[in-house]
Amino acid sequence: MRHDHIISAKQLSRGDIETVLDHAADIAADPGAFADRHTDTLLGMLFFEPSTRTKMSFTTAMKRLGGDIVDMGSVESSSVKKGESLADTVRVVEGYTDALVLRHPMEGSAKMASEFVDVPLVNAGDGAGQHPTQTLLDLYTIRENAGFDDLTIGIMGDLKYGRTVHSLAHALTTVDASQHFISPESLQLPRSVRYDLHEAGAGVREHTDLGEILPELDVLYVTRIQAERFPDESEYREVAGQYQIDADTLAAAKDDLTVMHPLPRVDEIAHDVDETTHAQYFQQAHNGVPVRMALLDLMLGGDQ
Amino acid sequence: MSDNDQQLRVSKIRNGTVIDHIAGGQALNVLAILGIDGTSGDSVSVAMNMPSDRLGHKDVVKVEGRELSQDEVDVLSLIAPAATINIIRDYDVVEKRRVERPSVVEGVLECPNHNCITTEDEPVDSRFAVGDDGVRCEYCDTIIRDDLPAHILAE
Ligand SMILES: [Zn+2]
Repeated sequence: MRHDHIISAKQLSRGDIETVLDHAADIAADPGAFADRHTDTLLGMLFFEPSTRTKMSFTTAMKRLGGDIVDMGSVESSSVKKGESLADTVRVVEGYTDALVLRHPMEGSAKMASEFVDVPLVNAGDGAGQHPTQTLLDLYTIRENAGFDDLTIGIMGDLKYGRTVHSLAHALTTVDASQHFISPESLQLPRSVRYDLHEAGAGVREHTDLGEILPELDVLYVTRIQAERFPDESEYREVAGQYQIDADTLAAAKDDLTVMHPLPRVDEIAHDVDETTHAQYFQQAHNGVPVRMALLDLMLGGDQ
Repeated sequence: MSDNDQQLRVSKIRNGTVIDHIAGGQALNVLAILGIDGTSGDSVSVAMNMPSDRLGHKDVVKVEGRELSQDEVDVLSLIAPAATINIIRDYDVVEKRRVERPSVVEGVLECPNHNCITTEDEPVDSRFAVGDDGVRCEYCDTIIRDDLPAHILAE
């Protein structure tokens, strides 16, 4: 791969994406073959906000490659609490480790941090900004289930603040997917994302009603609508209910519709969907390990 | 009336820079971009809403004793794309330049996204890519389109 740092899904070409996904498929097919790949490697885990799953997923990936992690621990117990800048923190920790994973509540933090270090840095989520490894595991799941050819995908929920949506939408332009965005008007895509999609010549349509488009979809990607985005509770309740799906909703869908969700879900996907063949969100989460193994392996020189 | 006659309405300067053909009403924003707030002792003349063949109304700014750098001129282009810059030495125009839009401006604008890392106390300047119809934060992707002067960083 040409990139030392993985900051944004936008930096990934179709070729890069295929390289990572192909490598992830190889790893998933025979994980044991990669178990001694990086026995001397230490991955620095810098999580400035809690994200147990993403952290566990990276930890698992590194350990399955034979390496280990060092963890900054919680922000409350670290020097960050004393006011140390992010730029200083990453410059210190890069001296301990071979690569860094950064999760930070502010947008642009990963890009800034990467400008201060020489070891590869992976953005594991920067505020409402980017989360490229989530995008890669989403793409892996989409490719496994629906393929990239003639793909019609619906992305539903909080499209304004959902960073997984922004990264995914951009990446999907590289495979010429037909993208449908389904959300309340107040949570539609932000200006910068619309601009990018337009620039990329993407086929994009926006809907407020899932029913309009559901029968055409190969993939339905659901995200959570958060109550705190709304000025008052009743407004939230009115809106949220329209963007929940259950097994009955999916009766109108194609038989091979794939339903995805970055998790955790609250009530936007009813539990009766879990039992249907549509449900792929747990597999999607599991795919995070081989995809992150592939990415780390490529970044750390596994293709040489 | 020619442009030259109009310039005479504002006092001639001996050495410095005349910024002409600023869109009417933008002169104060130009001063803000140049970091001129009157406290540094620069002698500055401003003429606002002068009639102009090219712009309808234009503003003119004259800064005594200071020649603008190319960086400053580049940044001016964001709000005064039609501006002409005249460098004056000993009452003569020794150089005449048009502004050109730079591809990037650094440390000039504040990102309006309060959750952007560049608004924190980190050792990094704001950096915006300049597009045809706005600028875009290279850290958080926020786009500023209409109200650039409101985001000019205080010196
Ligand atoms: Zn920003």
